[in-house]
Amino acid sequence: MDQFLQHGLNALMLGGTYALLGIGLTLIFGIMRVVNFTHGELYAFGAYMMYMLVMLAGANFFLSLALAVVLGVALGASLEFTLLRKLRGADIDTTMLVMIGAWIALQNAEQLAWTGVAKSIDSPFPAAPLVIGPVSVLWNRVFVFVVALALIAATYALIHHTRLGKAMRATFQDRDTAALMGIQIGTIHTATFALGSGLAAAAGALLGPVFVAYPTMGDLAALKAFAIVILGGLGNIAGATAGGFILALAEELGAGYISSGYRDAMGFVLIILILAFRPTGLFAQKERIG
Amino acid sequence: MKNALTALWLAFLASIPLWMANPYVLHILVVTGIFIVAAMSLNLLLGYAGQLSLGHVAFFGVGAYTSALVSLGFSAQIAPGMVAAMDPKPVWSAMAAAILVAGAFGWFIGKLAFKVRGAYFVIVSISFAEVVRLVAVNWVELTQGPMALNNIPPLTLWLPGLGEHAFWKKPENYWLVLAVAVISYIVIRRLVHSRAGRAMIALRENEPLATSVGIDVTRYLVLTTVVSAAIAGAAGALYAHYVRIVDPDVFLFIYTVTMVIMVVTGGKGTLAGPIVGGLIFGLLPETLRAFAIKPEAQWIVYGVLMVMVVYFLPEGIVPAACQWWQRRQASVAAAAAASPSRPAQ
Amino acid sequence: MTRAPLLDVKGLTICFGGLVAIDGVSLEVQEGEVLSLIGPNGAGKTTAFNAITGYLAPSAGEIRFRGARLNGLKPNHIAELGLVRTFQKTSVFGGRSVLENILIGLHLRSRQQPLAIMFGLPSVAREERELEAEARRILEFAGLAARAGELGSALPYGEQRLLEIAVALAAKPQLLLLDEPVSGMNPVETESFMAKLAEIRVLGITVLLVEHDMRMVMGVSDRIVCLNQGRVIASGTPAEIRRDPEVIRAFLGERYARAQS
Repeated sequence: MDQFLQHGLNALMLGGTYALLGIGLTLIFGIMRVVNFTHGELYAFGAYMMYMLVMLAGANFFLSLALAVVLGVALGASLEFTLLRKLRGADIDTTMLVMIGAWIALQNAEQLAWTGVAKSIDSPFPAAPLVIGPVSVLWNRVFVFVVALALIAATYALIHHTRLGKAMRATFQDRDTAALMGIQIGTIHTATFALGSGLAAAAGALLGPVFVAYPTMGDLAALKAFAIVILGGLGNIAGATAGGFILALAEELGAGYISSGYRDAMGFVLIILILAFRPTGLFAQKERIG
Repeated sequence: MKNALTALWLAFLASIPLWMANPYVLHILVVTGIFIVAAMSLNLLLGYAGQLSLGHVAFFGVGAYTSALVSLGFSAQIAPGMVAAMDPKPVWSAMAAAILVAGAFGWFIGKLAFKVRGAYFVIVSISFAEVVRLVAVNWVELTQGPMALNNIPPLTLWLPGLGEHAFWKKPENYWLVLAVAVISYIVIRRLVHSRAGRAMIALRENEPLATSVGIDVTRYLVLTTVVSAAIAGAAGALYAHYVRIVDPDVFLFIYTVTMVIMVVTGGKGTLAGPIVGGLIFGLLPETLRAFAIKPEAQWIVYGVLMVMVVYFLPEGIVPAACQWWQRRQASVAAAAAASPSRPAQ
Repeated sequence: MTRAPLLDVKGLTICFGGLVAIDGVSLEVQEGEVLSLIGPNGAGKTTAFNAITGYLAPSAGEIRFRGARLNGLKPNHIAELGLVRTFQKTSVFGGRSVLENILIGLHLRSRQQPLAIMFGLPSVAREERELEAEARRILEFAGLAARAGELGSALPYGEQRLLEIAVALAAKPQLLLLDEPVSGMNPVETESFMAKLAEIRVLGITVLLVEHDMRMVMGVSDRIVCLNQGRVIASGTPAEIRRDPEVIRAFLGERYARAQS
């Protein structure tokens, strides 16, 4: 039982960042219908920014975190502006291919800039874990969890209580009508991509100090983000949040009770199982075709 | 006329090992040829049926592993008390098994994955490939995991005049790959120009209209996946017995990406597209390497190249070239019609 | 009539969330007749078509074709049974040639198996030749023979609509469902379409038609069913429908109806 609780607690700590990744991608996927292959690279970018700011520039940890997120938002906005603007209205294959090209270019640029050696990032938290009864948790993970929750709450507030959020929701429901209502679709797209990228960068900036930063770290993160999008349903933020925690729990339990090697496979196994029984994901409305 | 050109072209291709002295060039051609077969198979699913399948490397890898395992023999426990084992079998039967297993895999994945469409389908296809990769890494008893399957035997055929001949050398592997490529091309062309091909294209162009005249969506998507997977499996088998080492890296997503780049830049939905794309992206790395450019920089070039092709030649190189040729013919004809009295140049 | 109808729709109800688009609609189509479905915009005509041909699931009701239950069947299965439809928005395979469009329509008439195709058996080539001959015959019938090599999207509007019908005919329907076939056509094109429709009848094909062009509807129909706000408000011969006060009210409004009575 203790072991189970420990797994649950680990999952909780990790799930928050997974949720950030998932929410970012589901927004981009849902509102813009773009298969965003650069999502993982934004995650890696966040981690590498932390490395540069904390380790190379010696800046304050928390300030660096904020700056890393802001830089992620900026990178996302510029990617959208340069690559996707012209492709407005193109079919999903075309944008997907452009995203793949961008992903390859970004990842290899990162490799050139920082080499393939993994970089560790110091964090200001005590190394000794916090012990609560039978379970224990590292302080840096608690911090990650709290910040992730805060960001999730902030995103919620943005989507449901601001005009921008309302415009985004309208665009998700029916792009043409939203445009007819006077919503600037171009601005919404840039904002969505920037927001989603910022959340991915935040996830990377939070997890970078917990683990290490290495050039291909984005790949697995992106795949998991895709898994969460399916779990929660396209464009469904609540679903992505739940999906993030569910995935983390499945990974923890799978690694703990089945085999640690298959940890990363858990997400995909979940997807396949869900597809076999509920093709529209756990929470999505039925997506009608034809 | 067209047949004569084709025959000449094939004769030229077949003659290369006879005069190409550099074994490294031959090696590049063999690997490129294998990739072209894989790209042609992906083109069937991505180009003709219009399905964004990004898990194609799974079929390639399954073919490679199946062929390797059957030719090496294996023994692994699949359930408590149940052991699957096989003695080493001749390579040609291993390759046949690879094609069948990859095709069956295609059937299974197709049946499951096509329950969803569009963006979801893309994610699912990637997920399948990742699961297969992780199984290859972790099921060490069967696959040797990251330690790889090595000493895979080359193909051994009875050839008239030579008797039992093992394909150790590059020239014969080149001819084998060329033969498989030609056969794959013919099979794909026959399929595409038939009722089945028309059904795939109809589903891609206008699905509601296609179903209204009786085309069964699932049936044709699964059929396309099975054939596509089987051909990719054949490419994988060729790879296994040429390189003679197979490890889980054969399932890396980057190889799917390579195949997608080849198909898309060459021209998806055309027969020549994957061949042109395969030649470009098979030979490009070597050309860049000659300029002592780092591999990372190479990939950046590919990424940029792909983005540019998508922007400027969205249909791909082959269709763009055809259109350019047609426009040139039209303007030449127009010029000739406008001034009939001008003497021939 | 005492003969069993070809198409029997009973109590068809379709709800989208809270909105009831079709409310208990019943109609029968007799073999060999031309039945037109009319009604103001939003009356539910195309929705009914979508339900009958399998593109929408009915919330309640039964749809039977020659006794076979169509509820829940996929559109391609319904096409196999003999019901083929056209679409309200012009729907052809724009990127393919006119001849290829018909060849695609001939899908159900062909029996080529995938393995036979891949092995290049002579029976496949033989059947391809037969299919091409049949496709050209259909193009002749539709008056599109000269356009065989052109792209579907290159055809002028009127001919695209003809192509649509030709593709549907290729699928050898017993019941042809046409969704606003002459919308956007000028009077000359409409006249020639009406003549084509007569030729289609001669082939023994039953037709269920949705249309707004009253002249055409009155000219070709054996019977008419009028829908309004998802319900059947009148059904009968063209003469009966023309005088029906409910129909007049639905189309022209209350004042006109009172003026008529």
